[in-house]
Amino acid sequence: MGMIGKAGVPTASEILEPSSASLMRKRIFGHYGLMIGIGSLLVIFAIALLAPMLAPFDPLDQELSRKLIPPIWSGSAKATWVYPLGTDGLGRDYLSRLIYGSQISLLIGFSAMLISGVIGTTLGVLAGYFGGRVDMVVNFIITTRLSMPVVLVALAVVSLVGNSLWIVIWVLGLLIWDRFAVVVRSSTLQVRNLDYVAAAQAIGCSKMRIIFSEIMPNIMNNLIVVATVEMAHAIILEAALSFLGLGVQPPAPSWGLMISEGKGLMFFHPWLIGIPGAALFVLILAINLMGDGVRDVTAPENRN
Amino acid sequence: MSEIIVSASDVMRTFMISAGVFRAKRPLHAVNGVTLDIRRGEVLAIVGESGCGKTTLAKLLLGLLPPSGGDIRLDGRPVMTIPRLEMAGLVQPIFQDPYSSLNPRKSVGAIITLPLVVQKDQDPSTWRRRAEEMMALVGLPPRLYNNFPNQLSGGQRQRVAIARALINRPEVVICDEPTSALDVSVQSQILNLLQDLRGELNLTYIIISHNLAVVEHMATRVAVMYLGRIVELAETDQLFKAPKHPYTMALLESVLTPDPSLGIPDTHLGAAYPNPVDPPSGCTFHPRCAQVMAHCSVQAPKRVPVEGGHVECHLFDANLGKEKAIA
Ligand SMILES: Nc1ncnc2c1ncn2[C@@H]1O[C@H](COP(=O)(O)OP(=O)(O)OP(=O)(O)O)[C@@H](O)[C@H]1O
Ligand SMILES: [Mg+2]
Repeated sequence: MGMIGKAGVPTASEILEPSSASLMRKRIFGHYGLMIGIGSLLVIFAIALLAPMLAPFDPLDQELSRKLIPPIWSGSAKATWVYPLGTDGLGRDYLSRLIYGSQISLLIGFSAMLISGVIGTTLGVLAGYFGGRVDMVVNFIITTRLSMPVVLVALAVVSLVGNSLWIVIWVLGLLIWDRFAVVVRSSTLQVRNLDYVAAAQAIGCSKMRIIFSEIMPNIMNNLIVVATVEMAHAIILEAALSFLGLGVQPPAPSWGLMISEGKGLMFFHPWLIGIPGAALFVLILAINLMGDGVRDVTAPENRN
Repeated sequence: MSEIIVSASDVMRTFMISAGVFRAKRPLHAVNGVTLDIRRGEVLAIVGESGCGKTTLAKLLLGLLPPSGGDIRLDGRPVMTIPRLEMAGLVQPIFQDPYSSLNPRKSVGAIITLPLVVQKDQDPSTWRRRAEEMMALVGLPPRLYNNFPNQLSGGQRQRVAIARALINRPEVVICDEPTSALDVSVQSQILNLLQDLRGELNLTYIIISHNLAVVEHMATRVAVMYLGRIVELAETDQLFKAPKHPYTMALLESVLTPDPSLGIPDTHLGAAYPNPVDPPSGCTFHPRCAQVMAHCSVQAPKRVPVEGGHVECHLFDANLGKEKAIA
């Protein structure tokens, strides 16, 4: 499949029956939003991975003698290429903090998304596949969860239990699974009534096999879209919690914390919140572009 | 090896239907006392208007739905006691719509070998060869092995579905309108294929169809369903030459439409098909019957055995005739 004839010209049968893999490739690479989203996400991911090599300074290294240096584009006499993004109120290199901050955002985004994804998908598939009582119980759990305001509960829990990075991740993961559950439940309901599920049953497939090999692959596109939404959601919630002083603790270089620490100085040194804010904006935009792209590329009207 | 391969006696299946948000659920008897013996090797057609319970009966016979009452036996054993995998080896479905009966995320090869995988059949190294033999048997070129369903035509898809159903050599194949979703030009190909495979693999068919021409062509016996019951069961030529039940007569009189999506053509029965939640009293066909009698709305007809089957109609109930004579 997808093989090109000797002269680099596709064979007749390929033109008549393009393989779904090559069609898919064409659709993915033709979708600019998806490409931009994936591209920026990969760049941010690479930055996070290579932070120790990329960052010019230790992000925690304070030096009051060099505090509040503005970024180079400010035109100020103090600006220097040594600190291209300037320094914060404690004299820490802002570029280094920004680079290390991507690690925290991505870690929180991925981990909270995974935790909530596992919880929500399990509940949703069970409710959608088994229906009846199971569905009633799951719906009750979902409604209970929806009746709790996420930020308030997160604040309460974090202020009671204390706040480390992993506590924040678990609290968020345990709170934001509702959209997974709702979307997976309704997609499962749709798929489970299709004839290929009945055929699998008639062949003698176990319930496990039906769920994992007939239903899951067919709700995967919806799942990926929700996963991107929830990843962005978790990153924003972390920033919000950190901004309120109940997320990641100083001196860790979380973007939310950077915004929080900069807010006292924002009238005279607006870049202190502008730079981490822009970074957060780019990351969330990239994730959302990727989610929308996945939805477009895998939409059923594109499939047949 | 008994002569009777599938035997249903007084099988019922009731669905609870909600009539509205604030109203209590009401029972809908989708299959309401079906008694039927299917002989090994025969082709039994089930005909009837939309909603009379054909698909529900098929699902009951496949073990996909538990019956609410009655007894279904396959090869003499109660269906609900047959283990899942053994059941799969005995009876297989072929569905109407090959666009929804194949998992779009699986290749043709994966779809056809799945029954072997599930049965943990023999040695995995033979699976591909057996799938390719099956593909040859149903007329699929082997190059399609790695293709996905969205690259196949409707007819090819239906062949894949047939290959999947037959690869484990089941005894009984239940086809629920196997051609009505296909182009007219492809329909006869698939029907001929089913005919050929029956001879080759010694299959017993249960064919649900709206198309009386197909039924006359394929079936050895025909069961006519009305509101969840089999009102007439007879040999095919008997039924087409000398229908007994007034409903069968009405069906046969109706003009055949070439377009199967139109379903059973207008039966000139006047009164509309009754709401199955609220079936008429007595004989459920009486409001539409051309030969209705006084007691038809009071008393449900008994099953009267006739050659090759039965008929449920007061016209053929000897006892009732006598009672009427006495009165
Ligand atoms: N899962 C279900 N829940 C509730 N009612 C159902 C269910 N399945 C079938 N029914 C009802 O049972 C009756 C019989 O349905 P069934 O699908 O067996 O009819 P059918 O004879 O196959 O019709 P068609 O020719 O249109 O396929 C219908 O009134 C239908 O609404
Ligand atoms: Mg049906």
